[in-house]
Amino acid sequence: MNRIDNLFQTKKNNILSIYFTAGFPNLNDTEEILLQLQNAGVDMVEVGMPFSDPMADGVVIQDSSHQALLNGMNLDILFDQLIKIKKEIRIPIILMGYFNPVFKYGVNNFCKKCVSAGVSGVIIPDLPLEVYLDEYAALFDQHELYYIPLVTPQTPDQRIAKLGMKSKGFIYMVSTASITGSRPNLENNHDYFLRVRKILPETPLMIGFGIQDSNSFATANKYANGGIIGTAFIRTLKEASMKTDYKEILSHKIDAFIQSIRGN
Amino acid sequence: MTKSNYNINDAGFYGEFGGAFIPEMLQKNVTELLDNYLKIMSDPEFKTELRTLLTDYAGRPSPLYYASRLSAQYQANIYLKREDLNHTGSHKINNALGQILLAERLGKKRIIAETGAGQHGVATATVCALKGLECVVYMGETDVKRQAPNVARMRMLGAKVVPVTSGNRTLKDATNEAIRDWIGHPEDTHYIIGSVVGPHPYPDLVARFQSVISEEMQEQLLSKTGRSYPDAVIACVGGGSNAAGAFYHFIDNPDVKLYGAEGAGKGIDTPETAATMAVGSSGILHGSKILLMQDKYGQITEPYSISAGLDYPGVGPLHSHLHATGRATYLSVTDEQALQAALQITRLEGIIPALESAHALAALNMIPLRKEMNVVVNLSGRGDKDMDTYTHYFGFDNEQN
Ligand SMILES: Cc1ncc(COP(=O)(O)O)c(C=O)c1O
Repeated sequence: MNRIDNLFQTKKNNILSIYFTAGFPNLNDTEEILLQLQNAGVDMVEVGMPFSDPMADGVVIQDSSHQALLNGMNLDILFDQLIKIKKEIRIPIILMGYFNPVFKYGVNNFCKKCVSAGVSGVIIPDLPLEVYLDEYAALFDQHELYYIPLVTPQTPDQRIAKLGMKSKGFIYMVSTASITGSRPNLENNHDYFLRVRKILPETPLMIGFGIQDSNSFATANKYANGGIIGTAFIRTLKEASMKTDYKEILSHKIDAFIQSIRGN
Repeated sequence: MTKSNYNINDAGFYGEFGGAFIPEMLQKNVTELLDNYLKIMSDPEFKTELRTLLTDYAGRPSPLYYASRLSAQYQANIYLKREDLNHTGSHKINNALGQILLAERLGKKRIIAETGAGQHGVATATVCALKGLECVVYMGETDVKRQAPNVARMRMLGAKVVPVTSGNRTLKDATNEAIRDWIGHPEDTHYIIGSVVGPHPYPDLVARFQSVISEEMQEQLLSKTGRSYPDAVIACVGGGSNAAGAFYHFIDNPDVKLYGAEGAGKGIDTPETAATMAVGSSGILHGSKILLMQDKYGQITEPYSISAGLDYPGVGPLHSHLHATGRATYLSVTDEQALQAALQITRLEGIIPALESAHALAALNMIPLRKEMNVVVNLSGRGDKDMDTYTHYFGFDNEQN
């Protein structure tokens, strides 16, 4: 069974997913960050594939992507890193990024590598559902790779239903009309969260964009199965990386961050 | 009429290029535009208002000028399509006027735009002043410096100019930032894209607004040469809007040779170039599948051209398709060649061209010409904004020159 399905079948609430950019702060931090997130009790991880032109991201993720590319990150290196720790990873891994690097890598080749690296799904914001269905759905299905769609407050009801029907795993509810790194008051959009839940009563829903602390995570849990945190975690990594004893404190900083979100 | 092989299909593709590769956050804005643009553009009232503004406000039709001394030099009949004489100094006003009327009919209150050379930013700021709409223009910090007169013009017109500090701080980065703004404003904002790039329907929409260039050429050529089409058309290509407009009505006529001139920067064998057709490959950027400059892993390569308007790592889907099918020929023009062509036309015809347009003029040296040929060069803009560059390069601040 796909690990994403397994997760949502065994756990209904308080699901925490963390996003970080592969290759940031340092090229070879990927394995340690992933393992430490798993140890700290994170339920799912989204590994960012850095891109030179991240059009839906705010400054923090833009900068981390830029640094990761300067560090030399690319898809071959990332897959190698994931393969190295595959045996130790039990939680679902999702790759997230823009379409061009995947397209250039060759979507077929990319899917194969995802299987060998133990990747359960992908989030590619600029690969819209229509193009995915026309050109790539068969390939993804063949590799049991899930295409996770986004919905936003502006997505019409019919389209929400279609996205729910045509995708697998879960739906990524973008909390508000913005790029990543914004700090909206999530409660302002409760009508939207309830609307999506009503249209898709059975589909696992995760809220992302603007979740940064235990309060906003609690709000996500109120309206969905859990929440996704990116920018706030990357900020923590960045702060840690500026310390001279970075290597020693990294795992502790990750633990402390996750505890602060879980509120215990 | 037979259906053109070079037109957009129902899904928004020119051959394999185009489409709408956009995140869900942009679906509402783009779908709204897609569902309405053809309807609005075919409305007689819209057409009349646009026609009146193009004539009385922008000064169209732009003249088709027979350049006699340039013709003698090149031993062919060279005509210049004088887009430089339009209000605001370039072809960009054709698109800006069309899109502001579209935005008005979509009920939008706020306008955003990206700009490279600043010509599109000025055109957008101008039509916003005309219509009393709020205007925000994103411009790479590098371009803010090298096109300072246009920054001042935009600000005088009431636009907010936001310097962009990501990437190379040029046109690509300004476009990213404009897209981010649009994501954050899904209800009240229209994005006036300045070239035939971006998600469907933008490339088609902008090409239609620029098609007035070749529409006028047909009549003007008929009266000047007795034939409604030339033997060749040459235009510079950044994203490709002035070229799309200059090619538009000739695309299905195989007797018309089409030439695009790209900014080769310091040369296509150096990393400092923006000649996408020469060094690019298929990929996805800014919402459509196009030819673009990228590395082995699909990271976009930072382009370089002395001309801010050509300093873009991609070309729109129409041109990608015209290149792939061989219908149009794209030439690489270096900074040096463009600068020399700018000086040549200035001294022969008394016309100081925009650096972008100078690339099209330089292409006259690269194509087969014959005495009886009628060649139209699309003079997309005037050179006022580039005086600093010309002055430094040729040393006009020195009494000896
Ligand atoms: C005068 C002029 N010509 C050409 C261009 C290039 O744009 P496009 O290829 O869309 O015509 C610009 C862009 O700023 C310009 O200002």
